[in-house]
Amino acid sequence: MEHYNMNLTLKVWRQKNNKAKGGFETYKLSDISSEMSFLEMVDVLNEQLIREGQDPIAFDHDCREGICGTCSMYIDGKPHGPWHANTTCQLHMRAYKDGDTITIEPWRANAFPVIKDLMVDRTAFDRIIQAGGFISVNTGNAVDANAIPINKDDADASFAAAACIGCGACVAACKNSSAMLFVSAKVSHLALLPQGQPEHKGRALNMIAQMDKEGFGSCTNTGACEAVCPKEISLTNIGRLNNEFLVAGLTVDN
Amino acid sequence: MLNSKIPAGQLDQKWNDYKGHVKLVNPANKRKIEVIIVGTGLAGASAAAALGELGYKVKTFCFQDSPRRAHSIAAQGGINAAKNYQNDGDSVFRLFYDTIKGGDYRAREANVHRLAEVSVNIIDQCVAQGVPFAREYGGLLSNRSFGGTQVQRTFYAAGQTGQQLLIGAYQSLERQISLGNVRQYSRHEMLEVVMVDGKARGIIARDLVTGKLERHFGHAVLLCTGGYGNVFYLSTNAMGCNVTAAWKAHKKGAYFGNPCFTQIHPTCIPVSGDYQSKLTLMSESLRNDGRIWVPKKKDDNRKATDIPEEERDYYLERRYPAFGNLVPRDVASRAAKERCDAGYGVGTSKQAVYLDYADAIDRYGKIECLKHGIENPSAEVVREHGVAVVKEKYGNLFDMYDKITGENPYEVPMRIYPAVHYTMGGLWVDYELMTSIPGLYCLGEANFSDHGANRLGASALMQGLADGYFVIPYTVGNYLADEIATKAIALDHPAFVAAEKEVSDRINTLMGIKGKQTVESFHKRLGKIMWDKCGMARNAQGLQEAITEIQQLKKEFWSDLKIPGEIGEMNPELDKANRVADFIELGELMCIDALNRNESCGGHFREESQTEEGEAKRDDANFSYVSAWEYKGEHSWELHKEELTFDVAKPTQRSYK
Ligand SMILES: Cc1cc2nc3c(=O)[nH]c(=O)nc-3n(C[C@H](O)[C@H](O)[C@H](O)COP(=O)(O)OP(=O)(O)OC[C@H]3O[C@@H](n4cnc5c(N)ncnc54)[C@H](O)[C@@H]3O)c2cc1C
Ligand code: SF4
Ligand code: FES
Repeated sequence: MEHYNMNLTLKVWRQKNNKAKGGFETYKLSDISSEMSFLEMVDVLNEQLIREGQDPIAFDHDCREGICGTCSMYIDGKPHGPWHANTTCQLHMRAYKDGDTITIEPWRANAFPVIKDLMVDRTAFDRIIQAGGFISVNTGNAVDANAIPINKDDADASFAAAACIGCGACVAACKNSSAMLFVSAKVSHLALLPQGQPEHKGRALNMIAQMDKEGFGSCTNTGACEAVCPKEISLTNIGRLNNEFLVAGLTVDN
Repeated sequence: MLNSKIPAGQLDQKWNDYKGHVKLVNPANKRKIEVIIVGTGLAGASAAAALGELGYKVKTFCFQDSPRRAHSIAAQGGINAAKNYQNDGDSVFRLFYDTIKGGDYRAREANVHRLAEVSVNIIDQCVAQGVPFAREYGGLLSNRSFGGTQVQRTFYAAGQTGQQLLIGAYQSLERQISLGNVRQYSRHEMLEVVMVDGKARGIIARDLVTGKLERHFGHAVLLCTGGYGNVFYLSTNAMGCNVTAAWKAHKKGAYFGNPCFTQIHPTCIPVSGDYQSKLTLMSESLRNDGRIWVPKKKDDNRKATDIPEEERDYYLERRYPAFGNLVPRDVASRAAKERCDAGYGVGTSKQAVYLDYADAIDRYGKIECLKHGIENPSAEVVREHGVAVVKEKYGNLFDMYDKITGENPYEVPMRIYPAVHYTMGGLWVDYELMTSIPGLYCLGEANFSDHGANRLGASALMQGLADGYFVIPYTVGNYLADEIATKAIALDHPAFVAAEKEVSDRINTLMGIKGKQTVESFHKRLGKIMWDKCGMARNAQGLQEAITEIQQLKKEFWSDLKIPGEIGEMNPELDKANRVADFIELGELMCIDALNRNESCGGHFREESQTEEGEAKRDDANFSYVSAWEYKGEHSWELHKEELTFDVAKPTQRSYK
């Protein structure tokens, strides 16, 4: 891989807090190495801003290796930027060339209010999990782990759904701000396992009810979510969720 | 002074006896008892779920925006348990023994044996919660091996074991929240312990969104706040990992155990430039199948693939034929450093060695061809099948490498170098996980307890969940049983007022410095001192210099720091400044501890104490103790020694040859 340096123009969404009106600010950056990560490029800008006596850009990040789901930048109109199956923190500057202009915004959705600049509040996701995204088993009650063999295909499919990192890119990409991909990933993870069976009806209903209550939109099957999901959570999960929901709606006695 | 409260009796009966005689709190009283848990990683989330299920009133805190994002999420390789599902000779005793030996005889036998005992329950519990561990075609759980062991006892979920375990614990925690047993405070940072009559009775936390300070009462406080590897600036830890909670407790009287015991992980992606903000681990599981080598010739600038087999030095296989590429981490890291220092390093920086998958791809490819009945397969067909197997096992790790370096590890060997990864040191705790402050407990990576001077791979996840699910529910009850008459302490109690004032004074001081240098620049400088002088190899002179340099850095920090923004708002620079201030003080103590321990053991390598072959040389006659440091005031600590006795696993010179 050839290394090179570049000069860039950044247009960044700045918003002092939840109540303030936000707007774009333009910044110039020079000598950015192609080997830097995208967030290291933002670090460089922030150090520059602090030295100049300006407020640095607030953004969420933690693991910087694509697994915690904290980072969340809407880069040139795409959640997590140009690379496929990638998080913001894993994007590297070799994706750009000298002279490029990059626009950075926060996730935009009513259910994810902006806290400051590029940081949003995603606690709605926690509340959706509270509504049913678990298996009710108290500590100490478990049988031997190998007492329940699980067909490898089911286990693998469950794992693939459980790979969701709760980042919210699916919501940010959706024109309806629907959280269906996130919810369906959790419902599938649990529904595909025998341990998840006893609660499967209530789970889908309750999680969807909470999703609606949080102000996420409805799903119109455009598939924008799948295209940006860093963990390649598949749309088939939404199909599975719809089935679970339908069956549950028909059979739950209340 | 130091009472580790290890129960009497035979090693393998201690925990059972303890559980049988421990005091209990009845359900009606549990409802009246409040427990504060700081941290929602594996240790904190599992403790919160378990205590919530028992009926305690629990409050949990984390600085991230959700408990699910704790750093445990990043663990890749796996979790150990003495299940012996592979019938390869594993047992509770063997896991106990491997852990004691791996820790170079600097851990407590009783704690480690308990850990090995409950390891089997952890796997059962996680499977019941729906943790999707890897499985074989027959539907049963799959295992692999990790460094420092000769059995396959590691359970895993592709390269995301930590994520899957944490999601399991997180979901159990969220369930307790929905049932009203637990209240969660995200984007909150604990900045002080509140003490009333010598006991921990609460915390002061800062709401990171509004900047407001809050007071919270608890009959007991559990710190589950993770490790402090970020004292080195560059490490495999997440950006937010910090020592602040533990450090505040330390300054209020909790002893700090073995602060200098740091784990440098052998397989990480090397540093690429000054802007580097963190280092990325390539899971140890890669050493199962990958082979580590450097060229036999110094300063060999040929491409890896152009260097013929006979000109490669597979130095781990050469030096340690019994364990080969699976020697423990401390041994593998030092061996890499030795080769690079001697001039055999690769890559532009020459600070890297190769981790090569060509052989594994070929080996797996041939097996697959056999399985599929492909006769005389061409090299390409073998490769295609081999790549598929490697992809299934390690695909996400290979992708990660590719994204970071821009190189395809299926084609060229990966370049790796050791990096700071884990801290065995932490708050000193007794057998019940209580610190030297009554009512203040410490779980998970934040305590010093189970790994001695070196942690074996896949045993931190095990320890975090053991502490949270299976140990603390018993041991905290033993304390709380005597607290049922204690009423909740009012938040305007003078102790709360004073603790909050301490925090706000400090924040005001930090914001008032208005100097010229950024928090980041101080953190980088601290990291460089630590890495150069208290890193993979340490000596008396370097450590003494480091102590002076850190004291100087501290002065500069408190007189020339520049923090933008305001106190009463979201201010990540202020959050960082709070953490770096504590790292600086911790750094000094680490060097003091490393200087005091004039022996080599595990990850602590004193150049003055090595064998002729350059292996770490322990000094059991003089250093078979845990260093527990008591804070006495600025730059001043008193050492307390907890003598270690080994009744079952008799110390020998560790050998992996
Ligand atoms: C990249 C990587 C890979 C690893 N892979 C493995 C592996 O394969 N197997 C293995 O066994 N181990 C592995 N480890 C080690 C293991 O992941 C950790 O030791 C373990 O997960 C720590 O868990 P914990 O619960 O103690 O802390 P953490 O998960 O770090 O949680 C700390 C919690 O404390 C909170 N916190 C911290 N400070 C404060 C404060 N002041 N106020 C409020 N909240 C606070 C945080 O918000 C967080 O919730 C790995 C580590 C790394 C870095
Ligand atoms: S489904 Fe994908 S995009 Fe949505 S939260 Fe999960 S990982 Fe993120
Ligand atoms: S910072 Fe953790 S996924 Fe990006």
